[in-house]
Amino acid sequence: MTDVLSAPLVVEFPFTRSLGPVQSAFLTGLRERTVLGVRADDGTVLVPPVEYDPVTANELRELVEVATTGTVTTWAWNPFPRRDQPLGTPFAWVLVRLDGAATALLHALDAPGPDAVHTGMRVRIRWAATRTGAITDIACFEPYEGEAGPDEPTHHDGEFTDPVTGIVAPARLDYVHTAGRAQSAYLKALAGHRTVGERCPACRKVYVPPRGACPTCGIATAEQVEVGPRGTVTTFCIVNIKAKNLDIEVPYVYAHIALDGADLALHGRIAGIPYDQVRMGLRVEPVWAEGAAHPDHYRPTGEPDADYDTYKELV
Amino acid sequence: MPKEPVAVVGIGQTKHVAARHDVSIAGLVREAAVRALEDAGLTWSDIDAVVIGKAPDFFEGVMMPELYLADALGAVGKPMLRVHTAGSVGGSTALVAAGLVAARVHRTVLTLAFEKQSESNAMWGLSLPVPFQQPLLAGAGGFFAPHVRAYMRRTGAPDTVGSLVAYKDRRNALKNPYAHIHDADITLEKVQASPMLWDPIRYSETCPSSDGACAMILTDREGASRAPHPPAWVHGGAMRSEPTLFAGKDFVSPQAGKDCAADVYRQARITDPRREIDAVEMYVPFSWYEPMWLENLGFAGEGEGWKLTEAGVTELDGDLPVNPSGGVLSTNPIGASGMIRFAEAALQVRGRAGEHQIDGATRAVGHAYGGGAQFFAMWLVGSQPPPG
Ligand SMILES: [Zn+2]
Repeated sequence: MTDVLSAPLVVEFPFTRSLGPVQSAFLTGLRERTVLGVRADDGTVLVPPVEYDPVTANELRELVEVATTGTVTTWAWNPFPRRDQPLGTPFAWVLVRLDGAATALLHALDAPGPDAVHTGMRVRIRWAATRTGAITDIACFEPYEGEAGPDEPTHHDGEFTDPVTGIVAPARLDYVHTAGRAQSAYLKALAGHRTVGERCPACRKVYVPPRGACPTCGIATAEQVEVGPRGTVTTFCIVNIKAKNLDIEVPYVYAHIALDGADLALHGRIAGIPYDQVRMGLRVEPVWAEGAAHPDHYRPTGEPDADYDTYKELV
Repeated sequence: MPKEPVAVVGIGQTKHVAARHDVSIAGLVREAAVRALEDAGLTWSDIDAVVIGKAPDFFEGVMMPELYLADALGAVGKPMLRVHTAGSVGGSTALVAAGLVAARVHRTVLTLAFEKQSESNAMWGLSLPVPFQQPLLAGAGGFFAPHVRAYMRRTGAPDTVGSLVAYKDRRNALKNPYAHIHDADITLEKVQASPMLWDPIRYSETCPSSDGACAMILTDREGASRAPHPPAWVHGGAMRSEPTLFAGKDFVSPQAGKDCAADVYRQARITDPRREIDAVEMYVPFSWYEPMWLENLGFAGEGEGWKLTEAGVTELDGDLPVNPSGGVLSTNPIGASGMIRFAEAALQVRGRAGEHQIDGATRAVGHAYGGGAQFFAMWLVGSQPPPG
């Protein structure tokens, strides 16, 4: 299927997080080189702390300070660190139960190789030089042969000056998006300024753009049908507000256009006519821009308007 | 064996606002759930299962947040389900929960829906830069505005109707302490003078973006008999879906919406919705969707919906009040918006809607839609148990 197009799709956003009281104390604590846990109803200490008891569902607010040393409870070697991971060189993902805690914290362990890592090994926190109130304030863990911290954590009121109440959590997903057979053929025809849809063998409707299957009959479409280039504006709106990601001067008209021979409308911008003179039934044709995959916009053909009855089923 | 009657015995919601910076997502849902439990006079141990809903995960960027919310909702050791039907999800989540009680799978179910829109940007989440596809050229309202124009063309509705809906809903919201937008100085002139963003949709005729959660406790006949406050009884509930785009799709009055309403009326033995129903909470994200849905849901004949709005029939003191809570136009934590409609319908027939109570409401409809008019959910609740 060499005719099928594919391209990277990067989904990236700086999500924000309101922390609430417990996470706020935890992350602010890290900034101050203090690791806080929360005491659960059964008396055990959970690190990282949670807001609600995993067994009783009660609200948990009794914070305690645990040690910065602990024990690896399990691990996995990461030979190929990826972008934004805690260390740039190969490292171990570890679950570390800090001294005084009943649960383990996920982080990275700086070790020369997998032979240097084992369950039960003793480690301690290596603090980041610059700390902002984030889990990355712990740069990583490192092997540690010194004294264990106290088993019994100490009470902490969770109060810090200038607490962190929110963080930014940038997220990025890298996909490869494949267009599929029908859309690839459609785009190939568009490159030659031809609009080619596909007809459903059952209901005979012509889909533009084609999706390879009829959404109502649920069967594959294959018969190619050239439609347009002219069409009719079935309905529209006048956009008066500039969208963040669009470089189009407002006001402009965003329209649904039923190309001649198509059984549903596609969307496009109308230009070449004052925005306040665009109307339902206006006859239009595509205007192509050099190198663009889709028509840049549609402009009036000068034909008389289509009668409402001829396109009302497509509105 | 007939189905178990389903009763709504607890309702809780947060005060909906633009941004709840003081709580985590867990803290937000917890607040609504605790209020629902208090209303029902129950504790966590009385709950047999949790059914949760929200809109797409990209709206907060937490993949499958229900996993992390199990502690906050007391779901550990119990079944927990996530429902996902875009903007209608709050409605379909309640219906999935109701189905579990009706089928006697669980006796008492906590159902909850939420959105914390301040953690992301819904418009971004809905317009990912998918390669090869022509980008949507119009922003949030641009998807809906052409359908509104089509409605106006089809029905001859005067262009003043949209503002009437917004003016009504925003005034109703002033009576609802949980509503997001409380604009005490609202006037019809202000609505009419607000900027035309996506002609024919004005700024004041669009929904806000909110942080909020809504929870309900659904239970069986025995549970209802122990409830400290009057329950609302589910008389009918249905969901329908159709593709977002297909040849013959009617965006003005989608077939799936009609079928969904007809199914609910059949179950509830309603033959004349306009007369037999006392209050309607319908999903109106842009003001013009009130007259459109009045027709789609069978409250008005084709082309007649706007006349009800214009005549004041849908006002709080009209004979078919629509969105007494202030509606989606005043409060829109997207994933929760459908459940808020369902919950408001239940509050009305329980007589617990406070200042926006419709006197003597015995039957009310809650309605939700979403996903580009793709998913529909609706229920009808009554003050009395269903017959039989
Ligand atoms: Zn077909």
